[in-house]
Amino acid sequence: MPTFVYMTRCDGCGHCVDICPSDIMHIDKTYRRAYNIEPNMCWECYACVKACPQNAIDVRGYADFAPLGHSVRVQRDEQKGTIAWKIKFRNGTEKNFLSPITTKPWGTAIPKLADVPGPSQELRDSELLYSEPKFIRMDDGGLHTLKSSGLKMKKGVYY
Amino acid sequence: MFTSNPFAEISASISPAVMQTYVVLMIVLVAAGTLFDMIHKGSARYFFETWRKSSSKKGAKQLDGGEVVSIAIKTGVVDVLTSGEFCNMRRRIAHLLTMYGFVLYVITTAIMIFGYPTPATATPAILPQLWWLGGLMVCVGGYWFWFFIRVDVSAEGGSPFRVMRADLFILSLLASVTLGLVWAYTQTTGCSWAGAMFGLYIIATTVLFGSVPWSKFAHMFFKPAAAFEKRVSKANGTAENLPTLSRDDPEQQKSHSMELLRDAPMNMGLGIKREPPRHY
Repeated sequence: MPTFVYMTRCDGCGHCVDICPSDIMHIDKTYRRAYNIEPNMCWECYACVKACPQNAIDVRGYADFAPLGHSVRVQRDEQKGTIAWKIKFRNGTEKNFLSPITTKPWGTAIPKLADVPGPSQELRDSELLYSEPKFIRMDDGGLHTLKSSGLKMKKGVYY
Repeated sequence: MFTSNPFAEISASISPAVMQTYVVLMIVLVAAGTLFDMIHKGSARYFFETWRKSSSKKGAKQLDGGEVVSIAIKTGVVDVLTSGEFCNMRRRIAHLLTMYGFVLYVITTAIMIFGYPTPATATPAILPQLWWLGGLMVCVGGYWFWFFIRVDVSAEGGSPFRVMRADLFILSLLASVTLGLVWAYTQTTGCSWAGAMFGLYIIATTVLFGSVPWSKFAHMFFKPAAAFEKRVSKANGTAENLPTLSRDDPEQQKSHSMELLRDAPMNMGLGIKREPPRHY
């Protein structure tokens, strides 16, 4: 059963709701705190665990690789630019990791991809792009957007 | 209006004894509701179990009485008095306004009902002024929270007019305080609606204090306990199994894994937290 929220630690900030790529972290209607609405669909990507400023989310991994007595916890500190992991094994071994997540201050090295020219015919036929869909290779007029396909984004969350 | 005691004015039709009994009854309802909530949810048992497990863990530092008291004081000052656990400044300010407004409002209500119940005992002007100030603070903080800050509205795109069980506390609080201020205003101006406003005010206040087992009212008691427990676990080294390595440590800065950050500034700015969580 993947991610779960310690509701005593959750302060209902909504960062996990915002960041979940599966759109399964939502707000409980009784307590106004976050919870995983569909643990079966959880990828265990740890995005919500890392995004939570209160460290209120943890992962209960599947028992085949995460036995009882283990602990895997992470602390993402974006202001320092680091991510730290503490892994406790069932036999008491403990491993600590500290790694960078960015080497330049955030927002200072964003590439301006709009100024980069699109792929040339040679590039499109090269081994890098030959198997990509035609809209990514810019063969059929450019990237498909909602607007170009005549679709409209429906605002809000429905679950 | 701001210097007249609304409870003394109504003491002609409702005796002070009835008002005082009502206040005592509300206090009893809160105490009983919180106790019931704690027993039903097992929160006290969970709290002590977690503390016991955390202090008996391998490698946990045993804290002495002085350290525990200092942690309790820090919790009281930082987490309770300044709502320090909030990371978002808007939420923190709204919470402080609502919290202090409610405390001011409730205390001045009790003082006016118990200390200056009738027009015979002249109420010091400061009391009704603080009552109004407290009420207005609750309204400002509360309505701001209700319409803009609530996470189901701000992060999930829910309509601000959608009501769910989690809204029981904030709605009953806003209803009670708003109706109380409206009643005081209509009473002072001699409006015929004053009686009806008073009736609605009493209903809203009874719902607020009576719905403690079903609303978030009790959070004002168990949140400080949770904050205290968090600080204790950091102090005794267990930190709920969270990593304790950080870039601040000079030894870590020299390690191989941090080589790429050797020349980087200590403050890298904000990344995903740069924008509010509103990408729905």
